Amino acid sequence: MEIKIDSSLNLKGVSCPLNFVKAKLKLEQLLAGQILEIIIDTGEPIRNVPRALKEEGHRIVGVEECSDGAFRLLIQKNGGHING
Amino acid sequence: MVDKFIEDKHNKITVDTRIEGKVGEIDFNTLKSGGLIKQRQKDMFTVRLRCPGGRVPVSKLEKIVQVAKKYAGDYIHLSFRQSIELPYVDYRNFKAIYEQLKQVDQKIASCGPRVRVPTACSGCEYNPNGLMDTQKMAKLVDEQFFGYELPHKFKISFSGCPIDCARTSEMDLGFQGAVKPEWDEETCIGCRICSKACIEGAIECDPETGKPKYYPEKCLYCGDCIRACPTDSWQERTKGWIVRVGGKHGRHPIIGHKIAEFISDEDVPRFIKTIIKWYENNGKGRGRIRIGVILQIPEMWNMFVEMLRDEFGGKIIENPKPPIKNEIH
Repeated sequence: MEIKIDSSLNLKGVSCPLNFVKAKLKLEQLLAGQILEIIIDTGEPIRNVPRALKEEGHRIVGVEECSDGAFRLLIQKNGGHING
Repeated sequence: MVDKFIEDKHNKITVDTRIEGKVGEIDFNTLKSGGLIKQRQKDMFTVRLRCPGGRVPVSKLEKIVQVAKKYAGDYIHLSFRQSIELPYVDYRNFKAIYEQLKQVDQKIASCGPRVRVPTACSGCEYNPNGLMDTQKMAKLVDEQFFGYELPHKFKISFSGCPIDCARTSEMDLGFQGAVKPEWDEETCIGCRICSKACIEGAIECDPETGKPKYYPEKCLYCGDCIRACPTDSWQERTKGWIVRVGGKHGRHPIIGHKIAEFISDEDVPRFIKTIIKWYENNGKGRGRIRIGVILQIPEMWNMFVEMLRDEFGGKIIENPKPPIKNEIH
């Protein structure tokens, strides 16, 4: 399933909770159902960011571990449903 | 000269010999409930308020401030067990304070050999780590057990999660929230977030498929995996309280260990009742002795565990460890 990415944010080297705040602000600019791609570090960020996004009602629709250990997440803004 | 806390002399020395014969002005019931601590200064007491779980509604706080301004010193002190204390209160004003605080249902706390006000963390309503409702339980336990007379002081606390801010291992009886996770293979996408989220090493993911393997012996039941999983493939299987018994702080601290797992909210009062009854019966004739000291005697420990097993069956864990001294000196 191809997921169309509407916006991207590279949050490598950005620590908690700033990475989450940046992702949240970006999501606010999107429409419900649109997809944000973020790259976050392993360790603290991967422990906290997915959980905090879930708690805000967003859906994580894709996860991929990059070769450098970072994670690529696809987040669907709350309120929408993915088609396709 | 009297410079000892009231709690030490309670029932042994009559109040009039201590406070210059002004018996008539003192509300004896208020004194007996404790919470009135003699200061170094003549006629001065600290009044300890009853604030279960450290939660004080703003409406009560307003009244407390009014009373403090009128009858107490120019600050309040936050006690180590989450209660508000009003220092520099003249004993002649006890009754007035008691009555004014009563208008907002604010009670005075206790000292001495009895069940104390339970402490608790801020709780699961808004703390993202919280697993169980500590505030609800602190309120309930305060209502049901506060002030129950025992051989020595008896402290109870509630922590919402394994971070254990309420230090359950240092309490005579401590309850800590816990959740046992369960994994659903079908919905799992093998993303490995759970293995990164688990800081105890209780989840390892297959290098090929990314699917997790769970090691329950390493799990602290914090629920981080459940919260982190993007597909909700980690789910809550059992939630409840882990119970620790026999701890204390003070000059000779004792560490209390886990005795039971995943007991329900409904079981909590049963546990407390059973344990304080046992302590009451088995502390008799031993003087001022904490339950953790009694439980360090091997035959008493065996008897205690057997008694709990009869009452609670499989909720009591296999081979629980008795309390041990925490050597700090």
